[in-house]
Amino acid sequence: MMTPISLTHYLVLASIIFTIGIFGVFLNRKNLIIILMSIELMLLAVNINFIAFSTHLNLILGQVFALFILTVAAAEAAIGLAILVVFFRSRGTIAVDDANSMKG
Amino acid sequence: MLPFFFYTFAIILVISSIMVIVTKNPVHSVFFLILAFFNATGLFVLMGAEFLAMLLLVVYVGAVAVLFLFVVMMLNIDFKTLRKGMIKNAPLGIIIGGILLAEIVFSFMGMTYGVANQPGNELFLVLAEEENTRALGKVLYTNYIYLFQCAGLILLVAMIGAIVLTHRKRDNAKHQDAVKQILRHKEDAIEIKKIEIGKGIL
Repeated sequence: MMTPISLTHYLVLASIIFTIGIFGVFLNRKNLIIILMSIELMLLAVNINFIAFSTHLNLILGQVFALFILTVAAAEAAIGLAILVVFFRSRGTIAVDDANSMKG
Repeated sequence: MLPFFFYTFAIILVISSIMVIVTKNPVHSVFFLILAFFNATGLFVLMGAEFLAMLLLVVYVGAVAVLFLFVVMMLNIDFKTLRKGMIKNAPLGIIIGGILLAEIVFSFMGMTYGVANQPGNELFLVLAEEENTRALGKVLYTNYIYLFQCAGLILLVAMIGAIVLTHRKRDNAKHQDAVKQILRHKEDAIEIKKIEIGKGIL
């Protein structure tokens, strides 16, 4: 029989997802779209953490915070993709290695 | 029954998030991202956050993932060249990710979690008979009304920013200019010439 699901299960799961997100940023260092998706994965892990604590402590506050994180993540995705489109228009590629042209 | 659902959702979530970062085609990785969000929704329902679960479905799967899909399909990108340094970067990523994972897991191994029933927290306690949406709304529209408005402002700024960034003036587009139309005179448009018989206009 499996053990009942505790807070630790959710915390371990969230940290695994967060680490996968970090790893994704390193692995696809050139592909800006995958980097943005990795950031979304990290934010999802943070949300899982918040909601797990909210359930564990029986407080609604964690869910309020998760809601705001969701809002900011949506705004970030929209702005990030807009910048990506502008970058692609001016350079013809989305490789981040080329993104240092603004260096002084 | 609960452990079964938890492990199912968790395993699919982990596998699909790994697929997001390693798959060759970005369109596939967007689809795996959607799968990951679906399974996270299942986990949220298991934890009792039904409203946020549905919000995740609507906002992420319905809006953000589709936005990603549009951008991936719209831009004509040669993805093969973008994958070149992948093998080279992997060891560094594994080292840093492994260290980070170990740190996180160690940090909550011996942790004891705080107690909820501290003075001042009575307002935010979840009552057993109350639905999740009502409980969330009761806090969100009273104690956190300013933050809630702020969230709306952030979304507005993001919308304006995205439009301003991606908007471009096209040279070949035909626009109607009302002022130019009104200020036009008969003299600018038509020229009347007397032409003598037997001669051309020149």
